[in-house]
Amino acid sequence: MTRLRLGLAAAGVFCASLALAQAGDPRRSGYQEMGPALRKMQDDDTANPAMLFVQAGAAAWAGKAGAAGKSCADCHGDAAVSMAGVAARYPAIAPTLNRAVDLDGRINLCRTTHQQAPALASESDDLLALGAFVALQSRGLPIAPPDDPGLAAVRTQGAALYERRQGQLNLSCANCHDDNAGRKLAGATIPQAHPTGYPIYRLEWQSLGSLRRRLRNCIVGMRAEPWDYDAAEYLALEAYLMDRARGMLLDAPGVRP
Amino acid sequence: MANILVNAPKTAKKGDIIEIKALIMHPMETGFRPGTNGRIIPRNIVEDFSATWNGREIFRMKMSPAIAANPFVSFFTVATGSGTVVLRWSGDGGFVAEHPLAITVT
Repeated sequence: MTRLRLGLAAAGVFCASLALAQAGDPRRSGYQEMGPALRKMQDDDTANPAMLFVQAGAAAWAGKAGAAGKSCADCHGDAAVSMAGVAARYPAIAPTLNRAVDLDGRINLCRTTHQQAPALASESDDLLALGAFVALQSRGLPIAPPDDPGLAAVRTQGAALYERRQGQLNLSCANCHDDNAGRKLAGATIPQAHPTGYPIYRLEWQSLGSLRRRLRNCIVGMRAEPWDYDAAEYLALEAYLMDRARGMLLDAPGVRP
Repeated sequence: MANILVNAPKTAKKGDIIEIKALIMHPMETGFRPGTNGRIIPRNIVEDFSATWNGREIFRMKMSPAIAANPFVSFFTVATGSGTVVLRWSGDGGFVAEHPLAITVT
């Protein structure tokens, strides 16, 4: 009973902190745009389907992989300690590569260099599960992109892509998510496009998906040709969007309609 | 082993009405969709979900291809006596998953 009460108190603190973050900030996350039913689904860790992937991710975290025979936990220890705030920082510059990588890229970098295992395929359940498990450790923390001068160029590229009109409908990201955010597109509310909940369990997908998949979705909706999955354009947009959402609280892994 | 999340009270008073909520990871492939090669992806759904309390069946449902992936089931039952509630999913391709829950009734 005390444990339940503690859990309820923790949930209360989490909700209160979300409300606090809202005060005086015109930015609204996709979570705040959702109806009460979907918010409740996300807040209940036994009703949020993304938590099934977290369960799989926790198992993968502890499982040995690759020629090195090491698990994530062998180096990083308890994820609740070592991974707290990590998802709030990425994309960041990987020192060994001297270029920006997102969280999925960082996980694969660990796999190929430290575990000597093959990289996990983009958007595969295994990669999404590990990403969701790592992202969960940052839930409730503010998005804090690093002040790395190396990221400036990537963010500038992302900002330019965000403003650029493309596709047969001749729309830019900004046309919907800045100029018309909060209004309706068909029956759905247009969110402000702050990536606070990734990877998300999107009900339309009936599955977990990354920010890249969501960006591709929008690009197809604009009737433009989506870039390849590993294209630098997605990374640039991710870096720009995370910087734009600086200080907003992560609610990953989120549920979205 | 399937990933399962269950939300149920660990304790209850005799005669209480309690809610049991269960979520399981499953693709619920309908059997109507063509894959990238143009061929139909074979049906792969959970067909049957049941719950027993100390071996006595208290809930059963038939699932259909129209049910979304990762099905979430919630049902109510009356707490009769301490023991184990076993949730059981079975479906196409010999899929079987079981999840036991210990509930203490006072």
